[in-house]
Amino acid sequence: MSVFLDLAVSTVTQGLIYALLSYGVLITYRILDFPDLSVDGSFPLGAAVTAVLLAKGVDPYLTLLIAIAVGALAGLATGIIHVRLKVRDLLAGIITMTALFSINLQIAGSNLMIDRSFDTIFTGAPVMALFGGMNLMYRKFVISLILAVLFKLILDLFFSTKCGMLLRATGDNATVVTSLAVDQGRMKILGLVIANALVSLCGAVVCHEQRAFNSTMGTGQVVFGLATVIIGTTIFKKLPFVKGTTAVVVGSILYKVCIQIAISLGLPANLLKLVTAVLFLIILVFGNAGGRKKVKSNA
Amino acid sequence: MLELKNVTKIYNQGLVTEACLFRDFNLTVRDGEFVAIVGSNGSGKTSMLNIICGSIPVESGQVLIDGRDITRTPDFKRYARIGRIFQNPATGTCPELTMLENLSLADNKGKPFGLSRAVSKKRIDFFRDQLAGLQLGLEDKLHVKMGALSGGQRQAVALLMATLSPLDFLILDEHTAALDPHTAEVIMELTNRVVQEKKLTAMMVTHNLRYAVEYGTRMLMMDRGQIVLDVAGEEKANTKIEDILEIFNRISIECGN
Repeated sequence: MSVFLDLAVSTVTQGLIYALLSYGVLITYRILDFPDLSVDGSFPLGAAVTAVLLAKGVDPYLTLLIAIAVGALAGLATGIIHVRLKVRDLLAGIITMTALFSINLQIAGSNLMIDRSFDTIFTGAPVMALFGGMNLMYRKFVISLILAVLFKLILDLFFSTKCGMLLRATGDNATVVTSLAVDQGRMKILGLVIANALVSLCGAVVCHEQRAFNSTMGTGQVVFGLATVIIGTTIFKKLPFVKGTTAVVVGSILYKVCIQIAISLGLPANLLKLVTAVLFLIILVFGNAGGRKKVKSNA
Repeated sequence: MLELKNVTKIYNQGLVTEACLFRDFNLTVRDGEFVAIVGSNGSGKTSMLNIICGSIPVESGQVLIDGRDITRTPDFKRYARIGRIFQNPATGTCPELTMLENLSLADNKGKPFGLSRAVSKKRIDFFRDQLAGLQLGLEDKLHVKMGALSGGQRQAVALLMATLSPLDFLILDEHTAALDPHTAEVIMELTNRVVQEKKLTAMMVTHNLRYAVEYGTRMLMMDRGQIVLDVAGEEKANTKIEDILEIFNRISIECGN
């Protein structure tokens, strides 16, 4: 029983950590209607920067802020490529993602392990003072929960501000934003900046959790993000009062649970991405593609 | 005052499909005028509005507002003093946001969109009053998503949104064309009332000749990028539908329609 409980806790912890990435994809895909592939690059970017900083003995909590900043820069790059250089949304993301792959290798090499002698956000002094009585696994769970809830609340608050509502309006009907005498391109860039900052933060937390960076850890993250957003929004389609952020946390946890079940049933790790793709397809077909809005006319 | 000076607009320049719509086109709209514009498809009515709003570039010429050259000003900056209603009722509002959220955004036009709360409880009564003024029963639907409303209701809200903040021009781009006859009538009446109450300068493109005759202080008829009829004041008041219909038919025959 306790083995099962441990597995459940660690799986939910994974879901909570990756919810940060789902928030990012929620903003680009669901709110801005922008399929942002830079996620596959900004996720390992956050991890790469974090790994190098941790190995240099930088304060673990500070690394989270730095990861947010570099992720924001990645989003800025995609935004400028798309809005100012007028490159199509998918291609703009692909360009950033490709460039980041090399940049990540430059930052952290192809693999970087973080020695046990360095503290992570799960073992740092403030956390030990508060939750030192728990074992590491439960500490990870608590910290992940705090992060997921904290950023959910910040985002919910942001969406109710003038700036946040204008961001929602940009994806909903950009003509209205133009009519309000606001540059819709700038709003798109802002959305991409926030989204990639969150994705990079997620990469950083994953790096803390695994004490490792791997240059290929970004592969498939955008599909994961899209899947969680679509699972979440499909489940709560009939309950409009459930906020998008809540929906994607549930989506993220459910997704990790599904994958964990598949692994427990003996699925070879090499087939994970294939299962992910099939799972995603099933969700798309049965969720009636509830994610992206229908193509708008140019009017 | 709005001036179009020697405006030349060529579509698909350099291609075999090149088509010159305007060549040295001139138009002056004085403050307080309500100009109704009619003309067949392709006569340049909507292109003219797009040129004024900056939605499409011009090859040469100038667009001036109160003597200020705005020819190179990007569209979103021009909208600081322009309100526009489109033919498609879905274009003027955000379907996923509630009416209150839509109105709150419009209410903030011209001010910075910062990190203060978007929806101010204090303004709800003001919005209710404004909506009640439309006499469509919309004041009870503040918390309904715009996407759930009918075309006529959306167009009425779009009209309110476009005119909430002070503006130099109201641009009406066939804004009743997608509505059923009764709703079109209601929106047209509403538009006229708003224009008069707020003393707006307005330009309205319409295919409804009766609206063009009944409403507004000046009427233009356009044909192939040129103004073929321009009447105002007394003269416009004396113009009848039959008169413009007759010109219309003559033009159409010339075109071979």
